[in-house]
Amino acid sequence: MRFLLTDEQRDFARALDGMLGASGTPAVVRAWAAGEHKPGRALWARLAEAGVFGLAVPERHGGAGLLPVELALSFTELGRHAVPGPLVETVAAAAFLERLGSDSLAGEWLPRIAAGEAVLSLCAGAGPYALDADAADAVLVVRGDTVCRTDTHGPVQTTLDPARRVARPLGGTVVARGPAVTAAAAHAIEVARLATAAQSLGLGRALLAATVSYVKQRTQFRVPIGSFQAVKHRLADTLIALEFAQPLVHAAALAVAAGAPSAGREVAAAKVAAGEAGHGAARTALQLHGALGYTEELDLSLWIRKARPLRDAWGSPADCRARVLTG
Amino acid sequence: MDLEFTAADEEFRAEARAWLAGHVPATPLPSLETAEGFAAHREWEHWLAADRWSVVSWPEEYGGRGASLLQWLVFEEEYYAAGAPGRVSQNGIRLLAPTLFEHGTEEQRARVLGPMARGEVIWAQAWSEPESGSDLASLRSAAVRTDGGWLLSGQKTWSSRAAFADRAFGLFRSDPDATRPHQGLTYLMFPLDAPGVTVRPIGRLDGKPAFAELFLDEVFVPDAEVIGEPGQGWRIAMSTAGKERGLTLRSPGRFTAAAERLTALWREAPEGAGPALGDRVADAWIGARAYQLFTYAHASRIVAGDAGGLGAESSLNKVFWSELDIALHETALDLLGPYGMLADDADEAPAHGSWAEGYTFSLAGPIYAGTNEIQRDIIAERLLGLPKGRR
Ligand SMILES: Cc1cc2nc3c(=O)[nH]c(=O)nc-3n(C[C@H](O)[C@H](O)[C@H](O)COP(=O)(O)OP(=O)(O)OC[C@H]3O[C@@H](n4cnc5c(N)ncnc54)[C@H](O)[C@@H]3O)c2cc1C
Repeated sequence: MRFLLTDEQRDFARALDGMLGASGTPAVVRAWAAGEHKPGRALWARLAEAGVFGLAVPERHGGAGLLPVELALSFTELGRHAVPGPLVETVAAAAFLERLGSDSLAGEWLPRIAAGEAVLSLCAGAGPYALDADAADAVLVVRGDTVCRTDTHGPVQTTLDPARRVARPLGGTVVARGPAVTAAAAHAIEVARLATAAQSLGLGRALLAATVSYVKQRTQFRVPIGSFQAVKHRLADTLIALEFAQPLVHAAALAVAAGAPSAGREVAAAKVAAGEAGHGAARTALQLHGALGYTEELDLSLWIRKARPLRDAWGSPADCRARVLTG
Repeated sequence: MDLEFTAADEEFRAEARAWLAGHVPATPLPSLETAEGFAAHREWEHWLAADRWSVVSWPEEYGGRGASLLQWLVFEEEYYAAGAPGRVSQNGIRLLAPTLFEHGTEEQRARVLGPMARGEVIWAQAWSEPESGSDLASLRSAAVRTDGGWLLSGQKTWSSRAAFADRAFGLFRSDPDATRPHQGLTYLMFPLDAPGVTVRPIGRLDGKPAFAELFLDEVFVPDAEVIGEPGQGWRIAMSTAGKERGLTLRSPGRFTAAAERLTALWREAPEGAGPALGDRVADAWIGARAYQLFTYAHASRIVAGDAGGLGAESSLNKVFWSELDIALHETALDLLGPYGMLADDADEAPAHGSWAEGYTFSLAGPIYAGTNEIQRDIIAERLLGLPKGRR
């Protein structure tokens, strides 16, 4: 197992971080929450240009191949910058279509996904809703061993994270059926869990960093609140949770890359640890910002509200813990 | 730098596994915190050393195999997975030896390391004092210059296994006029049977008698027992402390082995246990895996020459492994129900009471090697850059 990143991988993540940092993501998130998808789609195109979606698309369809380590690195950055949209769903749909063994479906969608022209939502396993069905070019719905494609959906439901809008997919036409669907869906769920775990990790890192700089500057009782031990210890615990979730995410990506039989368990473990660490970081951020943390105007609220839905998406902690115990 | 397991690593693993399979005692040894167990463990250390498994990472001239950091981790994994005995020599091999490799003289290494590796001389750590625990730099035991050496006086306490150990290493105030408490400290080794030393055993929470306090009354030690320069003791001690909190004291093998045993225990009665316990078993497994991977990543960085190596990051390890250890054992006791409480010497104790014994011992984890409160301060100040507060 390779535990360290290569220089290329590190540079890739750094470049993505720089690009997203300069993209004014808070405004994009607020627009997305209001149902205005234009700035989000523009950012989506830039992500595609940076190669993010190609990481889930094989070379013969215009991508770079399924590269789980790079995928995890980029989703850490997407989480760090709170980028909205069905990002996980699109790469999971790509992984699904790639595995399905249908050349026509793969040929229709994968090049467009890699190029950032197609935004897909995927509904497989967890719950009745498709994320951002109204923003997606198509929704794929897996039920048992069939998969349907649909463009229609019920009314949009807002969630605890206003930028996370869901809807029930309606109708649709069956595009594939059989055991290949089940197998491809299992693989897609693994990729979705991995990407979600990485997103939680990045989200948590951003929340911790923002909170550390806040507590250094906010003064109460004539000293920075960051000098109080109760504050310090809470932040130390937040760092510990993130630091120990990180290698789990990395190892899960390696296991998926290797197609290891242990991948399902490794991914589930990473999802639990990163989801809880990200959620814990949000709780810490809220608490240590005091009432300021409880305000919508503060950009940090965009990060805080993502943490819980991400922790629960694509397999709740309970589901993932059960998966860990299966071995 | 790539840290994949090489063919040589795998061969090393296989050799260690085979040796352990042939040598680990079928019945666990009595606790090393008792006189009887101490003697039995000394003998085990002797067998380990005879086949050069006692200190695999040391150079061959001192009885090691010159194993890499990664191979050392592999060995530890195999060691604990095989259910091999805890190391009675641990204070020596894991704290004093690294300190001697870094700061000792050639003469000291030649004299001290061999007998340590063979379990002939067992070492105790004499740092804490009745008035100096977390605030270790406030220690008062003195080293006073005399002809050809030093006279040690004062009181040390909470010294693990000092009731049965042969020698001790500790910090002494050699310059009472130094302006800051961290200055003027000297790191010294001394025999526990020297004239002027009184050892008083203290029973521990687990009923084991191996803890001790040491009373020192003008105990003479020659200059050759000073580690590093006189007056530089604090700096040297802190490098030891980093090792204690970090990799060397608690290698991941301990926890991954315990997590596998816990998962096996849960599989025996998953329905009886209920989903809430299942979640805790899963979390313990995830924690042990996270600790293992974190350690491997860390080791990879050290091998790749990242000078950032350990340092304050060892505090992350310390808090994590100590809390993980408690969670692992508490979950096991809950799974065992009424049998979980049976002490290791009770006939009906499951798996020779190792869960109950391990549980009580795990409770000390957040206290020794620097309390977790102190570690969280270090994390906050040194890793997150938060301002120092009042101590
Ligand atoms: C099983 C075991 C084995 C040990 N073995 C050895 C050994 O071999 N050799 C040796 O030298 N010592 C040994 N020790 C002693 C150990 O190192 C000390 O117990 C430890 O450093 C804490 O010191 P203390 O017990 O004096 O507690 P104190 O320092 O008095 O602390 C008491 C409580 O106050 C808290 N506290 C103190 N200061 C602060 C602060 N600034 N901020 C927040 N909280 C604070 C502590 O965290 C702790 O919870 C051992 C201890 C145990 C339990």
